[in-house]
Amino acid sequence: MAKLTIKDLKKSYGDVEILKGINLNIYDNEFVVFVGPSGCGKSTLLRSIAGLEEVSGGNIFIDDKDITDAAPAKRDLAMVFQSYALYPHMSVRENMAFALKLAKQPKHIIDKKIMDAAKILELDALLDRKPKELSGGQRQRVAIGRSIVRHPKVFLFDEPLSNLDAALRVQMRIELARLHHDLKATMIYVTHDQVEAMTLADKVVVLNKGRIEQVGSPMELYHNPTNIFVAGFLGMPKMSFLQAKVISANSLGLTVELSSGVDMCIPVSSDGIAKGSTVTVGIRPEHIQITDKNNSNFTGRLDVSEHLGSDTYCYVNTDANEQLTVRTPGYYQGKYGDTVGLQVDLRHCHVFNNDGQSLYKLNRSAA
Amino acid sequence: MNTTTLKVSDIKSGKKGESGVMGIAKQNAKISRYLVSPSVLLLLAWMLIPLSMTIYFSLIRFNLLYPGENEFVGLENFEFFVTDESFAAGMSNTLLLVGSVLLITVVLGVLISVVVNQAFWGRGIVRVMLISPFFIMPTVNALVWKNLLLHPVSGVFAAMWTFFGAEPVDWFTEYPLFSIIMIVSWQWLPFAILLLMTALQSLDQEQQEAARLDGAGPVDIFFHLTLPHLARPISVVVMIETIFLLSIFAEIFTTTSGGPGYETTNLAYLIYSQALLQFDVGLASAGGLIAVILANIAAFFLVRLVGKSLTEKN
Repeated sequence: MAKLTIKDLKKSYGDVEILKGINLNIYDNEFVVFVGPSGCGKSTLLRSIAGLEEVSGGNIFIDDKDITDAAPAKRDLAMVFQSYALYPHMSVRENMAFALKLAKQPKHIIDKKIMDAAKILELDALLDRKPKELSGGQRQRVAIGRSIVRHPKVFLFDEPLSNLDAALRVQMRIELARLHHDLKATMIYVTHDQVEAMTLADKVVVLNKGRIEQVGSPMELYHNPTNIFVAGFLGMPKMSFLQAKVISANSLGLTVELSSGVDMCIPVSSDGIAKGSTVTVGIRPEHIQITDKNNSNFTGRLDVSEHLGSDTYCYVNTDANEQLTVRTPGYYQGKYGDTVGLQVDLRHCHVFNNDGQSLYKLNRSAA
Repeated sequence: MNTTTLKVSDIKSGKKGESGVMGIAKQNAKISRYLVSPSVLLLLAWMLIPLSMTIYFSLIRFNLLYPGENEFVGLENFEFFVTDESFAAGMSNTLLLVGSVLLITVVLGVLISVVVNQAFWGRGIVRVMLISPFFIMPTVNALVWKNLLLHPVSGVFAAMWTFFGAEPVDWFTEYPLFSIIMIVSWQWLPFAILLLMTALQSLDQEQQEAARLDGAGPVDIFFHLTLPHLARPISVVVMIETIFLLSIFAEIFTTTSGGPGYETTNLAYLIYSQALLQFDVGLASAGGLIAVILANIAAFFLVRLVGKSLTEKN
């Protein structure tokens, strides 16, 4: 029941600008994930929304109410911290009751809210324990419970799963998704883990160096990144980038010559691209196949292969010594140093101009 | 079937291994016992000889003014020491001194260290200045207070009083014990600040932020987060200070010499005056033993109190 609007938000520490004008709309009931490399400002943005950082410029609105200068407690937000930040000398029950007691709510209402939250998070049996007597996953649930009891307009999560082990992280991720579905609340979630971003988000906000690079649904970002940063940031393993020179441009697409001397015609809009200019071609691992080297004009030398069971990721060096990542079926057995043929699915190739901006794909509907 | 046999063999081998380890541990314990015994014996002698001599002196008549008359008098020394009016005064002064200084140093120590924990310009220098009184030796400290601060004619306090047109206070005559408490508190406040300030630095930042989001103001944060966090260092301060404050001597000796009357005489000073002002070693030994018993009673309760809060968090 809340929407959040951020207008031209700026934050700097002394001369260092951390956030360089953020504009963002977050709608009711949306699960928004801020993702980006370390130091991109995603945590600062979240803390600014929470009111823990004073902003240097711009405004934040919740439901059209300006909260830019409101105290953290007056914003009707709840935050789950990376370290959980549970109060160590209080029991689970007291931890969850703390905010309600400060708000002077009557005892029977506090008890009811705690019991409701405990039921949702399966904390019933742990209510009288101290935080140090809980496991990592249980602490995480208490931290979430502490937010739930307040019925805030917006939930904020600051890398909540990064202190958990891998198995627990997957489990909590699913629980968070379920929780979002059950509570129907607006949630903002900060992470550097793109798997969390892709699986949880309704809307992903990719941040880099204090700016928003792209906002969109996970699939949109994955298939149609607007620039080379987003393309390289999302996807595991990374998209491979090859330098190329434009040979000809027409309505069917762009014909380029890679540094390794291979020609390819990629169906992207060629507006504003001059013949002879250099571009970057981006190819995801799943859009290249390894073929027989005698039937292919595009060859490379096999470097390391990583066998994951279901898939094998092969790293292939082209003749121009650029590295390509190729996803092959799990049974593929390539030998280090082998020469292999490569077949690229041209419809799914991305082309970026000199400024790193993506060229419009002509077959976007197929994506 | 297979699993059960496995289990049995596991237990067997486990037991064997355990007994083997135990054997080595036993041997090790034996060797280490022999190795530490010289120092333990030395320490025991160091402690037992003075203690037994004190016990012996406390049971005989031993006055330096009447040499040779050292007959056994039983518990007469104790009876005399305890029933003397100076004993009651000394006891209550000791407790008052320890209690007040503890209260002042802990309360002010917590408040000051919380204030100094905030970021402000010149914090480093302020911290050093706050700690520095602790490095001044008690005698010098007492002299500075006596001659430069509290002196009714030339003291800074007197100058301040006359500046506002008030009659200067003769602190050591009018408020003798209070003056001693002031001096000792000044000496021991830095110790409390040092410990508490260090402890505050390990207070989790995110917990405070979480509390702010939960709607807690600075006062709520102080009582619900800071104070519980400081419980352990406070108990350490209380324990260590009690040990030292029970034996305050130099400050009293340099300023009031226990007077006027018995108003600033604590147990340590009382024993000193019995032994070296009235030359009654027997009586002083009896007093010393009573002080040892008192210190042990205090230590018993302190260790229970402090030990509980120390082990609670582990």
